[in-house]
Amino acid sequence: MSIATIETPPIEQPAPQLAEKKPEVAEKLVIFAWSGELDKIWPTLILATTGAAMGKETTVFFTFWGLFPLVKNQVRITGENWMQKMLSMMNRGGDEHLKLSKMNFAGAGPAMMNHLAKEHNVASPHELLEVAKEMGVHLVPCQMTMDLLGLKREDLIDGLDEPAGATLALAQAQGAITLFI
Amino acid sequence: MTQEMAMSITIAMSLDLKGLSCPMPIIKTAKAMKQLAPGQLLEAFATDPGSVPDFKAWAQTTGNPLVESSQEGGVFRFVLRKKEI
Repeated sequence: MSIATIETPPIEQPAPQLAEKKPEVAEKLVIFAWSGELDKIWPTLILATTGAAMGKETTVFFTFWGLFPLVKNQVRITGENWMQKMLSMMNRGGDEHLKLSKMNFAGAGPAMMNHLAKEHNVASPHELLEVAKEMGVHLVPCQMTMDLLGLKREDLIDGLDEPAGATLALAQAQGAITLFI
Repeated sequence: MTQEMAMSITIAMSLDLKGLSCPMPIIKTAKAMKQLAPGQLLEAFATDPGSVPDFKAWAQTTGNPLVESSQEGGVFRFVLRKKEI
């Protein structure tokens, strides 16, 4: 048995002129979730839940393809006009119908990836979304893209924040760690 | 042994995180730590080797001291002390 005891570093007395200065630690994390593929939304959600676990106020702003994982799994066709409907036919929403950005092989790729994830006890995007909600991560859908792509609030899962725009996202991003995935 | 010393070595909560992969060991630990009072100790057992640097980094960024990080037979044991407010 090997034991490595980690000692807490002694509290250093700051130099008088630096007394006011605190180490710069970002208290917030903002992720712009632009991609909707399994292999991109997965790290997005891993980072978001971890950010919350580290005590950071965490926001994920879902825009463009990133919105589709938020569609309820049982919702098949979304949109008002034929273009939006066609879009949803070719790009099925839902966190259980995600494609891989490479080696998708008509769905065989994601099936294998999900199988491997189960084997290695890796939480799925669906589970991570639930964890994110539990931990108070702000999941903000982009209003403009919702309108553009024909996604209504009732097409999306429960537990999301109110749809918002770029200004809210950038306001949240002030002084935050920002990622665009 | 004073009461204060006895308290400092008593584990208030134990977590079994064996088999779990990133990010769940840290997620579960962060949730559990919320339930502890300042100064209380939490021990966690994990098998994900990535949890060794992750626990260290979590402790450093959140300010909850990692008082032990050890390994026995492929199982990692971490002891965290809830920080004083």
